[in-house]
Amino acid sequence: MRRAFIDTLCSLAAVDERILLLTGDLGYMAMEPFQERFASRFFNAGIAEQNMIGLATGLAEAGMIPYAYSIATFAALRPFEFIRNGPVLHHLPVRVVGMGAGFEYGTAGPTHHALEDIGVMRTLPGLTVVIPADSHQAATAIRSTYELPGPIYYSLAKDDSKIPELEGRFELGRIQEVREGADVAILAMGSISSEAVAAADELAKEGIRAAVAVVSNFHPDPEEDVARLLRNVPHVITVEAQTLSGGLAAFVATVIASRGLGCRVWPLGVRTPPDGTSGPNRERLRKHGLDRAHVAEAARLALRGVGAC
Amino acid sequence: MSASAQNATVSPVQVRRAILTQSRRANVGHIGSGLSVVEILCALHGGVLRISRPDDPDRDRFVLSKGHAALALYAVLALKGWIEAAQLDSYCGEDSVLGVHPESVLPGVDFSTGSLGHGLSIAVGSALAARLQGSNRHIYCLISDGECNEGSIWEAAMFAAHHKLSNLTVILDKNGQQAMGWTRDVCCLDNLAERWSAFGWDTAEADGHSVGDLTAALNAPRGERPRIVIANTRFGRGVWYMEQGIAITQKHLPQRPVNWHYLPMSEEEFGIAMSGLEEA
Repeated sequence: MRRAFIDTLCSLAAVDERILLLTGDLGYMAMEPFQERFASRFFNAGIAEQNMIGLATGLAEAGMIPYAYSIATFAALRPFEFIRNGPVLHHLPVRVVGMGAGFEYGTAGPTHHALEDIGVMRTLPGLTVVIPADSHQAATAIRSTYELPGPIYYSLAKDDSKIPELEGRFELGRIQEVREGADVAILAMGSISSEAVAAADELAKEGIRAAVAVVSNFHPDPEEDVARLLRNVPHVITVEAQTLSGGLAAFVATVIASRGLGCRVWPLGVRTPPDGTSGPNRERLRKHGLDRAHVAEAARLALRGVGAC
Repeated sequence: MSASAQNATVSPVQVRRAILTQSRRANVGHIGSGLSVVEILCALHGGVLRISRPDDPDRDRFVLSKGHAALALYAVLALKGWIEAAQLDSYCGEDSVLGVHPESVLPGVDFSTGSLGHGLSIAVGSALAARLQGSNRHIYCLISDGECNEGSIWEAAMFAAHHKLSNLTVILDKNGQQAMGWTRDVCCLDNLAERWSAFGWDTAEADGHSVGDLTAALNAPRGERPRIVIANTRFGRGVWYMEQGIAITQKHLPQRPVNWHYLPMSEEEFGIAMSGLEEA
């Protein structure tokens, strides 16, 4: 998804001189195409994320569209207040780009695991949050949102699992359905969506028809779409490589509760605090019950009415 | 409008009168912080900032990073006629855009501030933007000495020096106080000029209560580096009991410098303060 980001940004920057790229000294073997082509519009802000967001705020007020890039935890969490009091408070087109969703920097350890960024960013109503599920959708999303007048947070995946049925579709305020099914719905967010699709395929072999939809943005929230999808489904499994506070599960539960829908939420996410361990992404997802096998099992349990997630 | 003609009628005593009147009416504090920057704002809005109109995209920018001195800025803007004088009476009122900290919806407030350590990085971005756009607009940012506790100040200082942003000037209100005490007692800030110089900035000092001295320092020929003018000020300047940290009618409070960081004035204290201004 990094490649999709930088390629899309280069193509936009070629025709729009307002676009700048700032990095917090990260992006080795990723930023170079932009850096080489648009040297005067590329700035390494150093390992100083607060200042990077402050810089972006000053640049945007003058009419520019700065993209501020770092690993998601450093891009979103360290300078959170600068995002809140800068581009959000001033309604400026700063784009904060967080790389590495969930456990994608798995072996780097808990400091690099982006488990709260989307939940935290969702607390800011003036900030559009974009969470592409794969590279194709990332390219569409970055292109279609780049001229929004307000600020945007992009949660981008380091790894890239393709979801062919998604065909790169993205629309603000909408979800994208990739599997139809009336027995159970699976709503997924970010690159982990490929696990949800794989789980639906497993379930299909057992005769369980699972609808799968990707939630890839908030503010505007895809509330109508989610309500429509869940109106006639008894169970929904939410899948996110995030803690459960403030992210996808919280959003879906609010839609269901506020509309009085009869659908039950089975939230899959990170429930436990850091325990000092780390490991590859796939192993982390398995450990936290977020891989395809656990998603499928959650659906089976839901349909059997057994226990709780 | 020439820079020197913009604000010929705004005098420090008028600004102080407005600060005291509004602080008393609204019954709020942060009075001493506002009083210490009066001459700095009068210099900036007198003969330094080049602003033909507040919404000119190519105007000089001013970032009041020590946002808790906003009332002093509101007073200057009202005296300049950029905001209605009557609007000052909405200070700290219901649904008001004149809060204790400034909001950029007001003409003359380029950026909303209030969280210390934030404004300088915005100013650095603003200076970088001016350079990229080939504009000769200049960016001014007013910070406080206590604000230099914030690590983000030094992040911004490093970036500005590295990129030789000579179109950026910082004014440091060195009044020696912060919320809970003397800056030297909270987290030592000795040798501030040397610290900024070591970070790659040109440094200068000025009498922070002399509009002439400040104007000369701010308009001095610029080199190739960002510049900081350290303005030596007194907290609560112009009100003797605030300068000495004495709460006259709140006798249970010990004499200490921080009293007038937060205290609102009683009616008696307001009267003494206003009388002192007229006699000065």
